[in-house]
Parts: sequence; C-alpha cells; structure tokens
Amino acid sequence: MTRALSGDAPTLPQEVQRTLHAHPAISPTLILVAAWITFTVINPRFLQPGALSLLVQQTAIVAILAVGQTLILLTAGIDLSVGAVCVLAAMVMAKITSEQGVPGVLAILIGIAVAMAAGLLNGILVTRLKLPPFIVTLGTLSIFTAIALLYSKGATIESGVLPGELNSTGHTWSVGAFRITAGVLLVLLVYVVVGVALRKTAWGRHVYAVGDDAQAAGLAGVRVGRVLLSVYVVAGVIYGIGAWVMIGRVGGASPNAVVDANLESITAVVIGGTSLFGGRGGLLGTLLGALIVQSFSVGLALAGVDGQFRLLAVGILVILAVSVDQWIRQVKA
Amino acid sequence: MTAASDPGVTAQNDAPEPATGVVLRAEGLTKKFGQVVGLAGVDLHVGAGEVLGVIGDNGAGKSTLINCLTGALTPDSGQLYLDGEPVVFRRPQDAREAGIETVYQTLGVAPALDIASNLFLGREIRRGGVAGQLFRFLDQRAMQQKAEVFLKQLGILTIQNMKQSVETLSGGQRQAIAVARAAAFGSKVVVLDEPTAALGVKESNLVLDMVRQLRDRGLGIVLVSHNMPNVWAVSDRIHVQRLGTCAAVLRPQTHTMSEGVAIMTGAAVV
Repeated sequence: MTRALSGDAPTLPQEVQRTLHAHPAISPTLILVAAWITFTVINPRFLQPGALSLLVQQTAIVAILAVGQTLILLTAGIDLSVGAVCVLAAMVMAKITSEQGVPGVLAILIGIAVAMAAGLLNGILVTRLKLPPFIVTLGTLSIFTAIALLYSKGATIESGVLPGELNSTGHTWSVGAFRITAGVLLVLLVYVVVGVALRKTAWGRHVYAVGDDAQAAGLAGVRVGRVLLSVYVVAGVIYGIGAWVMIGRVGGASPNAVVDANLESITAVVIGGTSLFGGRGGLLGTLLGALIVQSFSVGLALAGVDGQFRLLAVGILVILAVSVDQWIRQVKA
Repeated sequence: MTAASDPGVTAQNDAPEPATGVVLRAEGLTKKFGQVVGLAGVDLHVGAGEVLGVIGDNGAGKSTLINCLTGALTPDSGQLYLDGEPVVFRRPQDAREAGIETVYQTLGVAPALDIASNLFLGREIRRGGVAGQLFRFLDQRAMQQKAEVFLKQLGILTIQNMKQSVETLSGGQRQAIAVARAAAFGSKVVVLDEPTAALGVKESNLVLDMVRQLRDRGLGIVLVSHNMPNVWAVSDRIHVQRLGTCAAVLRPQTHTMSEGVAIMTGAAVV
C-alpha cells in the first residue's frame, strides 16, 4: 500500500500538512516568533527584560487555567466554568483565613479542595447524566459565579488582611534584569507535571484515546467514564492552584477577577493547536498560545495601538488556528 | 465430541466437528429485546485452528449472536463454554480476559494515537517499580518493540514507524492494526465482525490473509460478514443465521455461495 502511494511524490502543501500533523506545536511557535519580531521592530522595548518579565507574569493566570482547559478539550469537551471555579476557590481561600482565622496553608488546601469538588460536579454531570460538557459548564458557570458572589457578598479581600502563604505566589526574585515570581514558577511546575502525566503515563494515553474516539477506546478496554471524570477533577485542582496564583498576582481575592478567563483559556488552548474535537494537541502548544494572546496585548499597547485591536487580532488568530486544525485533520495516508 | 452435544442443528451431518478440539461452544442462546426475539435458541461451536463463517440477512440475529459471544450482551438463557468450561460474560472485558478478542468493522482504533499506543490501548506495558505501579508510567520502548514484533509476525512489514499515528494509514492498514491487536492478546478465539466491510478488494485480502495466519496459529476464528466471496474463501464451516436461529451449517466445499444465500434468505431449506 505504501509502495503504491509513494509513486507520486507529495506536493509542498502535503508536506507542510504532514509536518504540522506530526508536530502541532510548530504553528504556534511560528506565530509567537513572528509576533515577537514584529513587536520588537515596532517598539524595541518589547523584548527588554522589564517588559518581558511583565509579559510572563501577566500570562501566568490564563496559562495555568489553560492547563485544565487543555485536558478537557483533549477529551473533546469544553469548560466554560474555569473562571468561576477559580474565583470561587480564591474567595474561599481568602475569606476563611481573613474571617475564620484558618491557617494559610490549610486555607489554600481547602480552596483547592473546593475547586476539585467543583470539577467533580462538572465531571459527574458529564459522565453520569451524559450531558454535553458545553451545557454542563454553561450551567455551572452561573452557579459557581453566584455562589462566589453570595459567599463573598461581592466584596474584594485585599492582600493586606491575608497571611503570607496566600500572597507568597506574588513573591518576586530578580534574575539579572528579569523578575520572576513564585507564581510563575508554580505555573511552570504544573505544566511539567501535567505534561509528563499526559505524555508518559497510561492515564495520559487514555485521555487522548477518549477524546479521539471514545467508542474505540471503550471497546479497547479503557474505562471511558472514569477517565473523563478524572480529567474534570484534575482540571478542578489546577483551577484551585490557579486561584492561589491569582491571589499573589492580583494582590487579593476579588469576585470580579478573571472574568475573561473562560474565553481566554479556550483561546490559548485553541491557538496552541489543541483540537476542539479532542484527541489532538498538547500542553506545549497551550503555553505558547497563552503567551501569544498576552504578547498581542503587550505588543499592541507598546506599539501605541488602540487596545481594541488586540481583540481583533486574537479573534483572527482563533479562526486561523481552527482552520489550520481542520486542514491538518484531513491528512491522508 | 458427540452429535448429542449439538442438538437441533440440522445440517451437522454434512458439516462434521472440527478435527481439533472445540474451543468455544454456545448452547441454546436466547435473547429478547422486549417483544422482539433476537436469538431463539442458537447453538454454535468453533474449533481451535478453525474459521467459522457466520452469514445471515439483516435482522437474522447475527449481531446479537456475536455480541453474546464477546460479552457486549448477556444472553437471556443458554450457556457458553470456553475450552469445555462454562463461562459467563457480563462485559466485553470479561470475554477479553478469558481470551476472546473482537475486531470491529470501523471502531477498532483511535485515529490520532500512534500504532504502538493503539495496539496496547487499555493494556499498556508499564515501567517497573513505583513509577509503573503507582504513577502508571509507560514503558514506551517495550511497547514499540513488541508492536514491531507483532506486526512482523503478521507480515505487515510495510509499516515501519510504530510512532506513526494510525490516521496516516490506509483503511486496510488500520484494520490490520486492529487484527494484530486481537492476535496479540486473543489467546483462544478471535471474533471479526464485518472486518472487510469498509475495505477495498486488495485491502480485504490483506485482512483475510491475516485471518488465515491466526487460524494456522491454532486460534478459533469467528468471521461475520456480508461478503460471501470472503466467507467462502477462508471459512472451514459456515453458520447460516436466519430468523434468530441457525438455519444450517455448511461447508464451502459442499455448498455454493448462491445455495448459501438461498438458505440465508429462506428461498431454500437444508
């Protein structure tokens, strides 16, 4: 069969298609490099240590939420409740320390547990009631947002009343002219841990298989429901860690924070080359995607362009990324 | 094996028992779906190193029969024997663990995963120690090496790279991966449900060649197909399913395809 096909040499577009198919992180890498070159040419301050450090710090929250979003998109699901879960966890962490006097570390763990429970609820609704993830998380988006607002009475909790542990993700080290926060390192750690789990473990293989073809995975002996449920729970834990990162970055817990996180995390994942239809993509692309989105914000601001153009650019990128994904998926033997 | 253990199969006379031992036997299988009778008491057996073709019109109970053999359905009554031991399958997993593997028409493989991952999907080889036991780390090198061995044994040498994703393969090669998986893990019986329905002639032949190889290795093969030439080409015996029962068991040497079709459609009676 291969012999028969190798008779006619593949054309250039076919080669490109095949290469992108084998290495989905290539397109986001190219976009990021092109964006950085362009923005640096327009304004040389873009790649200065100061601006770059800020860029990375600003990316951190969306980047960590996008890890959970990647897991869920890989299973051909979608999570619209990301931001709401993150805010709920942040409010719980901040409120139980500042009002009930719960020790900082314990408060962080309880906050993460709340986020995990939220993920579990999403997972149960998806796997047991067999509801589509879009509808489930659309509903829980409102539910978790409402709980967060009711629980916090709509009030922001400033970092001043919080113990050191909660603010510790905002701690900054200077490495030469660069400034790195503990939050950024924590986000990178999450990327490494989840990345290794996805690539090197049976669980990771099953996540891809379930998203790729749930029926085939089930027939091959993969416990589809259990894998799906685990993905939603793990995503919840990641959103909980994201809440901690957010408290350090924003300087306190606000029920109105990260309102754009839902769409931004999906945007980052999709620009990063993970397929909305599941089974294809990975965390490297997501990290690049999150950086791309933030680079457009910072770069366009430094270029003195109206901030609305950022939205325009990101919108075009999303459509471009999904088109490329559609094209790659049609790769032939 | 005595004739008494095969009650009700009228055509057993011109289709004697397989030379080797019976590996899978079904007796009096019935299955109802509400008022609809799927199986009304079906007997079937397949020997080690034997290919049993199963043909039947739509609605004859073919799928129900196969699903009962592979654990996808549990029969209302009747008994399955594997190597003479009575067995009950509640889930496909049970049948798999007992040594019965199934190849499906189209649903066999996850297209975006690579060949090695597909071969070992749900049965991954893990590393030793804590990494493998607790964290379920994969031994990717072992899986790739074994995958190569499996495919070589089955003569699918055209596939070189075990890290290639399955969707980059042709339909026939994909089905070959599914058959190779069944061959690798099916210790007793391999059931193929319409394995060539989505394939061209050349690719079908590749799959049929693999079926013959599995038979020569001493596995019992149940081949369900609408494709009469395929069934006649590889089967040792042919089970004709009709109206929820076994209408006849034929041998390809004694009955032509058109005779088989006539029995299958009720135009002729054995």
